[in-house]
Amino acid sequence: MGHAHEVKRYRGLMDWLTTVDHKKIGILYLIAGGFFFLIGGLEAILIRVQLWKPLNDFVSANTYNELLTMHGTTMIFLAAMPLLFALMNAVIPLQIGARDVAFPFLNSLGFWTFFFGGVLLNISWFAGGAPDAGWTSYVPLAGSTYSEGHGVDYYVIGLQIAGIGTLIGGINFLATIINMRAPGMSFMRMPMFTWTIFITSALILFAFPALTVGLVALMFDRLFDANFFNPDNGGNTVLWEHIFWIFGHPEVYILILPAFGVISEVISTFSRKRLFGYSSMVFATVLIGFLGFMVWAHHMFTTGLGPVANALFSIATMLIAVPTGIKIFNWLFTMWGGSIRFTSANLFAVGFVPTFVMGGVTGVMLASAPADFQYHDSYFVVAHFHYVIVGGLVLGIFAGLFYWWPKMFGRVLNETLGKICFWLFFIGFHLTFFVQHFLGLMGMPRRIYTYLDGLGFNNMNLISTVGAILMGLGTIAFLINVVVTSMKPRNASNDPWEDGRTLEWTIPSPAPEYNFAQTPLVRGYDAFWKEKMEGKNAMTPAEPLGPIHMPSPSILPLIMSIGLFINGFGLMYHQYLVAGLGLAITFGCMVVRSIKDDHGFHIEPDELHDKGVKA
Amino acid sequence: MMNRWHVLKRLMPLLAGMVLLLSGCGRADLSALRPQGPVAEEQFGLMKLSITIMAFVVIVVFAIALYVIIRFKRRPGDKSVPVQVEGNHKLEIIWTVIPIILLVILGVPTIKSVFGLAEDYTKDPNAIQVKVTAHQYWWEFEYPKEGVKTAQELIIPNDAVISIEAKTADVLHSFWIPSLAGKIDTNPGGNVNTMYFKAPKEGVYLGKCAELCGPSHALMDFKVKSVDRASYDRWVAAQKAPVALPADAQLADTLTTNCLSCHAIGDGTGWAPNLTGIGSRGSVAGMLVNTDDAQYANEGTVEENLEKWIKDPDKVKPGNKMGKIELSDEEVKAISKYLADLKIDY
Repeated sequence: MGHAHEVKRYRGLMDWLTTVDHKKIGILYLIAGGFFFLIGGLEAILIRVQLWKPLNDFVSANTYNELLTMHGTTMIFLAAMPLLFALMNAVIPLQIGARDVAFPFLNSLGFWTFFFGGVLLNISWFAGGAPDAGWTSYVPLAGSTYSEGHGVDYYVIGLQIAGIGTLIGGINFLATIINMRAPGMSFMRMPMFTWTIFITSALILFAFPALTVGLVALMFDRLFDANFFNPDNGGNTVLWEHIFWIFGHPEVYILILPAFGVISEVISTFSRKRLFGYSSMVFATVLIGFLGFMVWAHHMFTTGLGPVANALFSIATMLIAVPTGIKIFNWLFTMWGGSIRFTSANLFAVGFVPTFVMGGVTGVMLASAPADFQYHDSYFVVAHFHYVIVGGLVLGIFAGLFYWWPKMFGRVLNETLGKICFWLFFIGFHLTFFVQHFLGLMGMPRRIYTYLDGLGFNNMNLISTVGAILMGLGTIAFLINVVVTSMKPRNASNDPWEDGRTLEWTIPSPAPEYNFAQTPLVRGYDAFWKEKMEGKNAMTPAEPLGPIHMPSPSILPLIMSIGLFINGFGLMYHQYLVAGLGLAITFGCMVVRSIKDDHGFHIEPDELHDKGVKA
Repeated sequence: MMNRWHVLKRLMPLLAGMVLLLSGCGRADLSALRPQGPVAEEQFGLMKLSITIMAFVVIVVFAIALYVIIRFKRRPGDKSVPVQVEGNHKLEIIWTVIPIILLVILGVPTIKSVFGLAEDYTKDPNAIQVKVTAHQYWWEFEYPKEGVKTAQELIIPNDAVISIEAKTADVLHSFWIPSLAGKIDTNPGGNVNTMYFKAPKEGVYLGKCAELCGPSHALMDFKVKSVDRASYDRWVAAQKAPVALPADAQLADTLTTNCLSCHAIGDGTGWAPNLTGIGSRGSVAGMLVNTDDAQYANEGTVEENLEKWIKDPDKVKPGNKMGKIELSDEEVKAISKYLADLKIDY
């Protein structure tokens, strides 16, 4: 049978460069995010090696500041965010019964801008020095007077380009979740992971523009001698702190909410039990998202905002503990009375709960402003945010990867290696960061490249370094697992965990290009589980079998991102011709995209049968 | 079931070891866990309260988690489907209300303390007024009432409130004396922050910079020395007295051209750290500790430390503004000896 439109299909590398398929983009995010995670991890190991003994000279003071800046920036923007986008892309359309995201072209553009922003940022290592003013880049240290090289320029422009990708992704997933749910999937029937991604996307929509504005202002200060943050000419350094944290605090909820979603799915599935208190979980997620915008100044208690601001932000911050506590107990009571199976995915999820509680309670401690005068910028804070970001987010990402790996790649990850990975990483994590609470309270400031002997810091720093190495070994175990698994046959079933509850487990692993041959009809929360309990092993279709409309692949997103990359380089070195050329490439692609009529193509029903898909 | 308890038993020595390790709460002159003055005491009180509440929460969660993990583990081949509970209003209300109560218990003293510690002593005639100016990578202390300026070592009487007005001359820093009081950032451009503290016990306390300020952020230490009122008065008088240049005319010339172009001694002026009485300070450059019984790489006698510093300041504190001064070894030695002998008796 003929096609309605000419089908464009690429093979090999070109397929990956032009894909607009959310599943492939998810894998691209996973590879790129994983690569940056390894770089950030290597930087972390170097930091810990430098600190293993007092007055060590493994790296210089300058290099150390570059390492700590790039470790933080890389881990937040180039590892954690993309790994979350990997899970979002791989899972969300499947979970809501959609054939793709709302804007497949934009999805690809989001990936490539992130990727080239990240590459640009990391090129700084080879171009005369990485940024060295911390991931927060506080002015005046990050201003042109005190940071003369191009390091912070790379930070400003690299993050600006990568940030475009995140903003595009957030908008895309908002539109997808609002518009593309399968018939019958009302908001209160959405899986918890979808809910958390929905709220996270909303946070991205409101938080990232603040970062964009801040970075533009800093870029103008640095490149064109503007005075936004220069007090000598009427600027204000505290302004940068506000702008950064108005973005920065929601950012930590952007990171942790998806992890909450993953944990909810994994614990529920492997306890063979419905998520306890689903509606209160949804309510708690929305509330955390809302409160997340009300508390940014708790990063600035020592800035000197005065007692009224400090008191208000103390109380607002403490309030977040309430919805978070609701979530913790709901997870515990999901397991209560369940039938818990300890797969690697569930080990990470169960390990997450107490670990995250420890990070959460130190968060409440930090909320008490007068006590924070002691904790602030000490190793206590370092311990706290690693407990929530590594002990929370990274354990969540691992849980999600083990859980959805079969759906992404058609192969179940090796369980033995998975458990080795978990125990190395989990024990290493607590060894590294638990003692850091005490280091901070005993007077060790953060971001120091060395410490003097005889201050009582030696033993705990040594323990911390040993822990970091264990975490490194855990990560290597995961990499080995990936390689070993990829050599096995692709034999994962639709529902490899056998207790799958949501729509992604109703379709083959990995999912076919069009996801659902027929859009499923959703009859309740835990749609697939509901059908299973009524003795069916498939969803009721909501439409007859028919041609499936697919978007065409496109190379334009890649070229547009390369244009921005060239533009960034040009700006940084004041080569305005180059900068203009880069912009011209990007805008040229936008013109081409606007005037070219591309209606995509259709997959006909008989082709579905050809591929042996049960429709 | 037995196996699991065995694992726990084996973990016990490890846990005990951890507790033992952590029971040392750090040095009394440096640790926020061993407060030496009323401000740090109050902050430590809030810490103890919050740690108690949080330990309670952690224990409850851990206990439930442990119970659930052990009790509800799936047995091999178990195909049964547990009851699909939607939720439980009573339980959900309990774990919403109890945290709120706990937060009120923590919130009330927090607010009280926020306003208490924000009290302004800058107009108090009985308080010692100190203007702190942070520089990359040293601390300047100015006593406007006494008309004294010094660096790196803040000398205070043990019977008065010390009122601090902090600002920076360059990038952001943060003024922190863990055992006496929490920190306050130093902002540029007339944005002056205030704080106060007291140090009723005589002694030396370690201070640190707590905000990333460049390569030598790690080494931007200072000291706070609390002395009795009579000593303090003697110190102030001695700071203001003129100091004689070296008797050797050539050395005096070397000193004037190379050092005193930036530094001040006695009644002189200069933007760099004031050197009056440097021989009796606890350290050189804030972190080369002066002692006759050196144990660590950063320790030595005053003279050794001064020599080490003047020979290559950048090696001691990377990125500092002094830079290397072209002096012969003999000149370095002579200047170090002269400076080491600049002692103040108080």
